[in-house]
Amino acid sequence: MLEDLTQKLETVFQKLRGYGTLTEKNVADSMKEIRRALLEADVNYKVVKDFVSSVQDKAIGQDVLRSVTPGQMIVKIVHSELIDLLGETSTQIKIAGIPPTIVMLAGLQGCGKTTFAGKLAQFFRKKGRHPMLVAADVYRPAAIEQLKVVGKSLDIPVYSEDSGEPVKICSQAIAEARQQTCDLLILDTAGRLHIDDEMMRELEEIKEKVKPHEILFVADGMTGQDAVNSAKEFCTRLEFDGIVLTKLDGDTRGGAALSIRAVTQKPIKFIGVGEKYDAIEQFFPDRMASRILGMGDVVTLVEKAQETIDQEKAARLEKKILKQDFNLEDFFDQLQQIKKMGPLDQLLGMIPGVGSQLSGMNVDDRSFVSIEAIINSMTVLERRNPKILNGSRRRRIAMGSGTSVQEINRLLNQFGQMKKMLKNMRRMPRKGMGNVPFNMG
Amino acid sequence: MVKLFNRLQASLKKTREGTFKKLNRIFTAKRKIDDDLLDEIEEILIAGDVGVETTLDIIDKLKQRVRDEKYETSDELECLIRDEIKNILIVPASQDKQGLQIVLVVGVNGTGKTTSIAKLAHKYKSEGKSVLLAAADTFRAAAIEQLSVWAERVNCEIIKHQDGADPSAVVFDAISAAQARSVDYLIIDTAGRLHTKSNLMAELTKIFRVINKRIPDAPDQVILVLDASTGQNAVNQAKEFQQVARVDSIFLAKLDGTAKGGVVLAINKELQIPVKYIGTGEKVDDMEEFDPGSFVEGLFVKE
Repeated sequence: MLEDLTQKLETVFQKLRGYGTLTEKNVADSMKEIRRALLEADVNYKVVKDFVSSVQDKAIGQDVLRSVTPGQMIVKIVHSELIDLLGETSTQIKIAGIPPTIVMLAGLQGCGKTTFAGKLAQFFRKKGRHPMLVAADVYRPAAIEQLKVVGKSLDIPVYSEDSGEPVKICSQAIAEARQQTCDLLILDTAGRLHIDDEMMRELEEIKEKVKPHEILFVADGMTGQDAVNSAKEFCTRLEFDGIVLTKLDGDTRGGAALSIRAVTQKPIKFIGVGEKYDAIEQFFPDRMASRILGMGDVVTLVEKAQETIDQEKAARLEKKILKQDFNLEDFFDQLQQIKKMGPLDQLLGMIPGVGSQLSGMNVDDRSFVSIEAIINSMTVLERRNPKILNGSRRRRIAMGSGTSVQEINRLLNQFGQMKKMLKNMRRMPRKGMGNVPFNMG
Repeated sequence: MVKLFNRLQASLKKTREGTFKKLNRIFTAKRKIDDDLLDEIEEILIAGDVGVETTLDIIDKLKQRVRDEKYETSDELECLIRDEIKNILIVPASQDKQGLQIVLVVGVNGTGKTTSIAKLAHKYKSEGKSVLLAAADTFRAAAIEQLSVWAERVNCEIIKHQDGADPSAVVFDAISAAQARSVDYLIIDTAGRLHTKSNLMAELTKIFRVINKRIPDAPDQVILVLDASTGQNAVNQAKEFQQVARVDSIFLAKLDGTAKGGVVLAINKELQIPVKYIGTGEKVDDMEEFDPGSFVEGLFVKE
């Protein structure tokens, strides 16, 4: 996500950093390019206008032209303005004093409300809450059925009625939640156009009668200039508390994030980054700004690692590395853990400097497949002691895994290098569990 | 019929009231053509999701013609813009094949594929043709049920397997059924997929291959469903889908909102994929054939 914008801005910055001194023309030119990059990323043109002019004002005010590193100064200004635009701090969902906490989702058709409802439920269950989903979309064919399927596959209760008023369904769901001791209620409302007065009134009515603690506006991350219109209307009608952006795992430049935030002044709380139910991330403005500017996002990466990597296994692995008997079995284990953390290209994008180099390359989880196949075709003995792999064993493994002897050699080489690296690491002071080698070739 | 026309007018009106009403206001003001005016036009086009490149292209051509042909006031400019936009828009080729027509419908998640399919089915039915639907979206929760409900409403038959089945197998069965029952149209609903997911795109290639194997030259039409509110990413979507599945035309859905769907211009210009239909609401007959000429004309009606 956002790679294109990142890349374009980086080109501008590189040019800027290259100048020893900046002329006003340099600055004006780069502002023009920034403007274009943002517009191409679907940021609303009014928002772009304001953004560029405020960067320009600050640049002039801070005597950028006379500073020692003028280019760097402008990058800094853009970065801080971007954070400003995205909102200062990350905001959490309000939890009600008396359960259940009611979270209401609203948005246009096809923005991904139902999928997000599942993700949110899963997100909170991981945090120890007991969510319940409420099917309040009585209009779209099979919408209730869809939520039921989502609930079933996540093993989360779903409250639904075959027909009836959404307002009534929601009210009854509260009683049901109390009965089942669920402390979090997620209302999945029908998608609707912001200009459909009748449907918008229904949302107002739900808000009034059910009094949700949190209303989230769900928006498709690929939305163009129109994002501001729908967001503004939903905001005035509902006064929602936060924004959710979905489908950010494509190659959209996600300008809608900036636009919606700018016109509503509401915080973006979550982003959806995939089809699986754990593909949900809390939104951190500063991290996102860094990502947009190609500075990487190490914090999220580390958190992801902590969330998915089995601590016990990690400890065992550390011991093994210390004793220098790290073998292919452990290597295989690590691969599985990295895979659990999420799609490889997303992970790599979070490493500073990698994001922009990655564009155009098709990093795919399938680069793991042949490695896995090779290791799976080895005997236990071979995995534990790769040294015994002679020519005929390698040929057999190549046949078994559908690869070639060359590929096996390459893997073994890499593995050898990694072992060497780990040996060196042993001498370095260690901090926590920093031993996830990313040397996949 | 009158109702139909009114509805089209009403939905076009929103588009008009957005981008093009602003245009009209500029034009009727009898202003002199200067950089300010051109900047304003540029802004309006960009705000309609036309995209930076296409917009600058249009503006450049305008400037050129203003210089060469010595236009002076803003209302003269109106015809020029109309001209340029019409030049970009492509007219879809009409199809008059006899026998079974296979229509494959593709798109990213949430653009309105299933609803659009219902509309297409309804249209073919009302033309007196027989229609068979294939529920090849076996991935999304309850997608099959959703299509089944529509099938019942428009009164046509449907071929479906259970959730999680191989979509290619559904397609294979559907083609056999379509041939055995000698229907006129087979419309295939596929799962929404982001164009960046290579494995899902490969699945689409497979569906395409299966169809091709059963009937060479099929599918007869591949329709890409686009959400009118999508921004410049729609160009990428069209590009990627065209690579794996060949895209013959676009169904521009959800044009009843305030979205302007201007990205269609960029797609026409860059990829030469014409827009064939527009979706204008949630009911089965909320659909119109897209006609570039009258579309642009309609947009410029002064109120």
